[in-house]
Amino acid sequence: MEDSDKILDELTTTEYKYGFVSDIEQDILAKGLNEDVVRFISAKKNEPEWLLEWRLKAYRHWLTMVEPTWENVHYPKIDYQSYHYYASPKVKPQLASMDEVDPEIRKTFDKLGISLVEQMRLAGVAVDAVLDSVSVVTTFKDKLRELGIIFCSMSEAVKEHPELVKKYMGSVVPSTDNYFAALNTAVFSDGSFVYVPKGVRCPMELSTYFRINAANTGQFERTLIVADEGSYVSYLEGCTAPMRDENQLHAAVVELVAHDNSEIKYSTVQNWYPGDKDGKGGIFNFVTKRGICSGVNSKISWTQVETGSAITWKYPSVILKGDNSIGEFYSVAVTNNMQQADTGTKMIHIGKNTKSRIVSKGISAGSSQNSYRGLVRINKKATNAQNFSQCDSLLMTDHCGAHTFPYIEVNNTSAKVEHEATTSKIGEDILFYCNQRGIGNEEAVNLIVNGYCKEVFNQLPMEFAVEAQKLLAISLEGSVG
Amino acid sequence: MLEIRNLKASVEGKEILKGINLKVNAGEIHAIMGPNGSGKSTLASVLAGKQDYTVTDGEILFEGKNLLDMKIEERAHEGIFLAFQYPVEIPGVSTVNFLKTAVNETRKAKGLAPIEAKDFLATMREKMKLVEMDSKLTSRALNEGFSGGEKKRNEVFQMAMLEPKLAILDETDSGLDIDALRIVAHGVNTLRNKNNAFIVITHYQRLLDYIVPDFVHVLSDGKIVKSGTKDLAFELEEKGYDWVKEETINS
Repeated sequence: MEDSDKILDELTTTEYKYGFVSDIEQDILAKGLNEDVVRFISAKKNEPEWLLEWRLKAYRHWLTMVEPTWENVHYPKIDYQSYHYYASPKVKPQLASMDEVDPEIRKTFDKLGISLVEQMRLAGVAVDAVLDSVSVVTTFKDKLRELGIIFCSMSEAVKEHPELVKKYMGSVVPSTDNYFAALNTAVFSDGSFVYVPKGVRCPMELSTYFRINAANTGQFERTLIVADEGSYVSYLEGCTAPMRDENQLHAAVVELVAHDNSEIKYSTVQNWYPGDKDGKGGIFNFVTKRGICSGVNSKISWTQVETGSAITWKYPSVILKGDNSIGEFYSVAVTNNMQQADTGTKMIHIGKNTKSRIVSKGISAGSSQNSYRGLVRINKKATNAQNFSQCDSLLMTDHCGAHTFPYIEVNNTSAKVEHEATTSKIGEDILFYCNQRGIGNEEAVNLIVNGYCKEVFNQLPMEFAVEAQKLLAISLEGSVG
Repeated sequence: MLEIRNLKASVEGKEILKGINLKVNAGEIHAIMGPNGSGKSTLASVLAGKQDYTVTDGEILFEGKNLLDMKIEERAHEGIFLAFQYPVEIPGVSTVNFLKTAVNETRKAKGLAPIEAKDFLATMREKMKLVEMDSKLTSRALNEGFSGGEKKRNEVFQMAMLEPKLAILDETDSGLDIDALRIVAHGVNTLRNKNNAFIVITHYQRLLDYIVPDFVHVLSDGKIVKSGTKDLAFELEEKGYDWVKEETINS
């Protein structure tokens, strides 16, 4: 047993491969948070009065709130005054093509193996690259514009499409929803906005790469996706962050609105810096993601592959309001070394004949703690609602932890709710067996982990699935010598 | 092909193998028999390289190379195969995918390109027939929900796919009914040729009716106490292991 633990320890202690800082001049607001900071951010972005008021309302409410402690994670108390709340590249270029992009930024993306050029050429993906808080590159906009699809930064949306932003922003995650959502509402820097008009099927995967780059800059992204009647959109979000010594706060809000007969597919590959093997540094990722199937026959599907962050606190949820609407959640959450994750979903069934499906795969290595927390609620009027949940845990060592907290609330007797759960461990006997067949430890772990996560990877667009597999391999590299 | 010289091995400080000497040439089948706790499975594990065991003395040469210097997977790449007494289940990994990885890792170690999917599937179909394996089983997770007999057949199937130079069958007959035993034996007999060798570890003579050994060795208390031809197995079956023990003491 000791040997296999030693082997697994080695595999799980590989240093973070994407740890580097790119040297781009930045415009940073002094540390600290108060009403003036909120006003500064709003002014800096030339926001309309209503938006400032909304931010201030959220900020004042936030002051009255208490940071949640119910989640199964532990971290030193966050000093909210020790963060910068605004940072933007000093030179904000208006670019017509890739050639005009700052070579430093391009180099950064190249290091990540995510060359924008390649992305554009090979995959036909429109990339809205958010480097720190301000959008630097936006592509394929013209093509999307022809179809009436709006895909732009949130700041731009506020200027160009204020009526849409005003109508939908905060409609799924109210400014007072929770501690981190309120904080985000007060100080959100930028993010992405997508609107797909009636009957339009978005012909390409929309994609955003987020990246925290300025030291100690809390990132407060805000994403809003609206799919109008009969439309379809698939959105990808992925990130890799540079190495840091101090904890970085990340509190994003993502809102999805699906009207009648529309579908939104939202995929995430998350690889924020997890801290070193002793747990020093790493991102605190407190995210509120929620979608509403407001129309009949609408569908929202969340797929996430979470390998990063020191702390992950995230429950992409679906409110199934429209009759016959469908909500899905597919998740792979990997924790290693001292990482802690408390993640899962909420499926709130309100409409009739609504269906939800939850597939959660947790992988714990090192001394990490991995919790699944999910709520399935069937409301009184949700006749014939159905849910299926599958929550699996895979343990790589003897000193990591896997926890499952399923909450099921059924208020309608016609509901059909199923929950299945399994726990397994990659034991010495399995590794020995693989080795004996000529498969080394690292390859064996990849094989087992990829097999285990297959159902979730199948939900990802192909290029993304390949990237996710690589990410998993990197995340677990070294846990087997 | 294989030469074991004065091999001593212990687990958790307890000596299990107390000086094994054995020579196996290409084309030969050696049976190793012995009572429970005599060290049969330990010998198999030490040959494969399992880390629970500490080799305290002696050496193992495989085609002139020092086996004890090699990692488990390196030994596999060299052509050593162990058919497990208790094959593990690997959830989520299909037998096909598992075997493809195993074949390709071995090819990689030899500097060869990965096998073409088409060729791999063709070989697989052919070898599956050998052990009468249902094609449905190969697309299922490795050994998950397999019966005891199906697991053992899967071991022989994997052996057929990997074409080892030296195959060690660790009590492959245990838990098999007579039909399954015949199928497994047929697989081994078909794979047998002048370039490979087998070490068949078994408790009972029964298996040796189907896989006929060139040599039979009796292992007792960590040592090979008697060697002979297949007739020795019959004698053992008749007289029991105590006979060997007594004889050893008397000599």
